Amino acid sequence: MQTDIDQLLRHILTDVLGLKAGQADGFTIETGLFGHLPELDSMAVAGLLTEMEDRLDIMIDDDEIDGELLETYGSLLAFAEAKRAAA
Amino acid sequence: MAGEYALAFDQARARRLLIVPALFDEANRMRRLTVEVMRRLDGAGIDSVLPDLPGCNESLQPLAAQTPQGWRRAMAAAAQHFRATHVLGIRGGALLTPPGLPGWHYAPAKGASILRQLIRARILAAREAGRDESQDTLLAAGSMEGLELSGFRLGPEFLRAFQTLTPQPGASEVGQDMIGGGGLWLRAEPDEDRRQADALAAVLAIGMRA
Repeated sequence: MQTDIDQLLRHILTDVLGLKAGQADGFTIETGLFGHLPELDSMAVAGLLTEMEDRLDIMIDDDEIDGELLETYGSLLAFAEAKRAAA
Repeated sequence: MAGEYALAFDQARARRLLIVPALFDEANRMRRLTVEVMRRLDGAGIDSVLPDLPGCNESLQPLAAQTPQGWRRAMAAAAQHFRATHVLGIRGGALLTPPGLPGWHYAPAKGASILRQLIRARILAAREAGRDESQDTLLAAGSMEGLELSGFRLGPEFLRAFQTLTPQPGASEVGQDMIGGGGLWLRAEPDEDRRQADALAAVLAIGMRA
């Protein structure tokens, strides 16, 4: 069962990583992101976070961004859901 | 503003489009789409020109000496030189389009958001290297002595002026929903999309037919 935030996040990753439609549906909470995908450099991560802010209507403080947050799809999703709940 | 290069499809036709490119790292990611749109317009009987901004690409000017006002003047001069009848600003290019020309802004971005993202990329890279930096301290230091962001050396005057810049008035906004697919400026690596080029060229060609 995907939440709206889950779907939006998969959309954003599809755009950033240039995935084919449906490909991001295969992401699980264990799917590795930063460190596993060489194209996800600091510029791409900055773009990803800014896009999350725009589309999820949240603000992300730079202090909140660390390696763990971006380690897996699950950790990024949990962060986005917590942010959205607090917004 | 003499001495800058431009990519031009120019056969002295009546309908002539000036394209103000996306800025900084986004310029690379949007270049292919931009030129693909120009090829389509050429086929539709429309001339177009894509000038370098002073300090970018093949320019002989140092980037660190540029200002947003200087870029606006350069784009106005390019419009005049090329006798443009219309203008398209892409992403941050929307901040620089000459306001007197009818035209479009494709997915326009504010100066502050472009800057915020560039600074965030720098903070992330610094953190990986074990250095702690923040938006506020970087901007404060940058406003005094300039700042290097993603390899772009920006002067203090540029940084001060750029963060308050908003898209120029008067243009019609072309949103990504009109183009379809995901915005190519978001891509981690430069890519192309034939259908997006078709869609954007169609919006422009239909708009310039009148």
